Amino acid sequence: MSPSAVPRPDDAQAPLIAASDLHTWFELRQWGFLRLGAVRAVDGVDFTLAHGEAVAFVGESGCGKSSLARTLLGLHRPTRGEVRFAGRSLGELKGRALKAYRAEVGYVQQDPYGALPPFLDVRRLLAEPLIVHGVRDRAERERRIRAALEEVRLSPAEEYLGKFPHMLSGGQQQRVVIARALILAPRLVIADEPVSMLDASVRVEILELLRHIQCERGLTLAFITHDLSTVRHYAERIFVMYAGRVVESAPVDDLLDHPQHPYTQALLAAIADPDAANATRLREVPAGEPPSLLHPPAACRFHPRCPHFMAGVCDRHDPPDFEPRRRHRSACWLHR
Amino acid sequence: MSAATLLHVEDLVLHYRTRQGTVRAVDGVSFDVRRGEALVVLGESGCGKSSLAKALMRLLPRNVARTGGRVRLGDLDATALSDERFRREVQWTRLALVMQASMNALNPVVRVGEQVAEPLRVQRRWSRRRALARAAEVFELVGVATDFLARYPFELSGGMRQRAVLAMALVAEPELVILDEPTSALDVLTQASIMNALKRIKRELGTSFILITHDVATSSELADRVALMYAGQLVEVADAGRFFAAPAHPYSQMLMASVPRLHQRARPEAIPGQPPSLFEPPAGCRYAERCPYRFARCAEHPPAFALGERHRARCWLHADDGEAGGAP
Ligand SMILES: Nc1ncnc2c1ncn2[C@@H]1O[C@H](COP(=O)(O)OP(=O)(O)OP(=O)(O)O)[C@@H](O)[C@H]1O
Ligand SMILES: Nc1ncnc2c1ncn2[C@@H]1O[C@H](COP(=O)(O)OP(=O)(O)OP(=O)(O)O)[C@@H](O)[C@H]1O
Ligand code: SF4
Ligand SMILES: [Mg+2]
Ligand SMILES: [Mg+2]
Repeated sequence: MSPSAVPRPDDAQAPLIAASDLHTWFELRQWGFLRLGAVRAVDGVDFTLAHGEAVAFVGESGCGKSSLARTLLGLHRPTRGEVRFAGRSLGELKGRALKAYRAEVGYVQQDPYGALPPFLDVRRLLAEPLIVHGVRDRAERERRIRAALEEVRLSPAEEYLGKFPHMLSGGQQQRVVIARALILAPRLVIADEPVSMLDASVRVEILELLRHIQCERGLTLAFITHDLSTVRHYAERIFVMYAGRVVESAPVDDLLDHPQHPYTQALLAAIADPDAANATRLREVPAGEPPSLLHPPAACRFHPRCPHFMAGVCDRHDPPDFEPRRRHRSACWLHR
Repeated sequence: MSAATLLHVEDLVLHYRTRQGTVRAVDGVSFDVRRGEALVVLGESGCGKSSLAKALMRLLPRNVARTGGRVRLGDLDATALSDERFRREVQWTRLALVMQASMNALNPVVRVGEQVAEPLRVQRRWSRRRALARAAEVFELVGVATDFLARYPFELSGGMRQRAVLAMALVAEPELVILDEPTSALDVLTQASIMNALKRIKRELGTSFILITHDVATSSELADRVALMYAGQLVEVADAGRFFAAPAHPYSQMLMASVPRLHQRARPEAIPGQPPSLFEPPAGCRYAERCPYRFARCAEHPPAFALGERHRARCWLHADDGEAGGAP
């Protein structure tokens, strides 16, 4: 573990990673050359994550969560804006520095079933990142692999080392994916929908595990999900995304108990807690569907569906981030 | 069987033959559904929910090892019908199924309106015009603009395709519709809006539903009754109010405690362990290995104890307050 992974009181609020004016657009072409336009997957995102902080990015399918994650990982080059990690801009990192960055950031990718190559056993799966990052000593690798398995509570480790992914349950596979993301002792872990493919009872187990390891190690954790009901206990701050942008961000309880942006309010109103009375009442749902990111609505992206839409304002001018409550930001003209 | 009962299922069995052995996917399932009622079948992945739906619809794969049990639909003894008569008289017209992931199984080269109208043209021999007019009505019912009738599946969003397959199931006005995970792949807002459509249909047309899902919160949007499945069997069947607030079976209680809640601060608790293999399920209670209340008796297979009117739980803890083998 690198010494910087242990949170020191003085850098508890120091930024580890920051995005400013971040844009990731994908050129869409037909027959390889005809430009159809750009998919604006990430379209002007700003945030700063402190050392040791756990945050959640929440939003509907296609709103750009994975594109944001992959941009933070350096897998997509931003179209505009930049990502800074520990004070350095990602765009400046080349060769060894970029490789070192990849070791500092663990990635739990979406779709656990596709995440593990079926022909490698658990030992090989976990050895691979170590080999790539130059851990030559076999005994040292074995020690770290066992420690990683114990940390994700696949123990005793011997029982799992020789197993192939198909011999493991979904929850166990996801533990292996997490162990792999942690094995290089990263300072930041990005977990993209780590539990959406799992059963409810297993979900909680995996989220508890991630949160536990994050606290133990003092990691920064960015956890991506489309399910707001799972965030309360597993993150300290929430970022709500809509159509490539962060529309609201706040400490988790404040966001869930006092949502400010009309989109967040609609999301929260649509989610049921199990209760027999739900069957007897209709839920309020805004009309329409999430917009195309190829031709997103002008100005406020939510305006065509918004119950508070103000003509001439919301469809004409981009709402900036307002701060209607302490540490609580919302990009909506209602707070003007 | 009460007069209000629409579907009565007794001791339903569906086993598959595989190279590794027999999979006991549905292993003695009994329940009933009244007219206008929605029964939710909850359960973890692989517990046999889709197999239950397929057994009811007689949509069986080739590798069936064993089927059994009795199914009555209204006053019709469906078990006694030949496959041929079942297809003609029951399938799709009285009993319809929206299969899991079927929104991705629409025919890509046929306009969705034609696909929705098809059951009427094939089974009722309606003219194309009449069938399309009816399809348009059903589209409105499920919340799709009628100009979508002329579109191809790839021109629709996931939510719209899901509504189209729902329309297909509803078009012949079946008495009972089985929905297998109809909203699991969809976004929260789309999910809520489809659940709204189902509530309206239930209220306005009096259609009965069996809603299959692993999502407890969404299930409460439609449920009058809940059946919880575990390793091929039902462990509890109860009214929704009872089930969501104070279920009787230890697995039901632990499942409810594991559900993350948006508006409550209680911390969800995971259920340790894993469900047993369906190849050789344990001889005793199938939940015993994960159950904190396990005692000596649990080594024997518990019957379903009747705990009150239309409430049953398959657990030895209720041997004293319940009566074994009571009617559902
Ligand atoms: N490499 C790519 N090339 C072109 N378009 C892309 C690429 N990656 C993503 N997109 C598009 O960008 C948009 C955002 O996709 P992204 O995967 O980031 O969304 P998401 O929020 O992660 O969705 P989900 O919840 O479904 O995972 C989508 O319209 C997607 O089709
Ligand atoms: N045609 C088949 N042949 C052999 N085994 C099968 C077949 N279909 C399903 N199974 C097995 O039967 C068991 C029950 O499967 P089923 O699809 O009914 O579960 P489910 O509860 O619907 O799961 P999910 O929530 O993942 O959809 C599983 O172990 C599955 O692997
Ligand atoms: S800016 Fe206007 S349209 Fe956008 S969310 Fe606020 S009120 Fe609604
Ligand atoms: Mg994604
Ligand atoms: Mg299924």
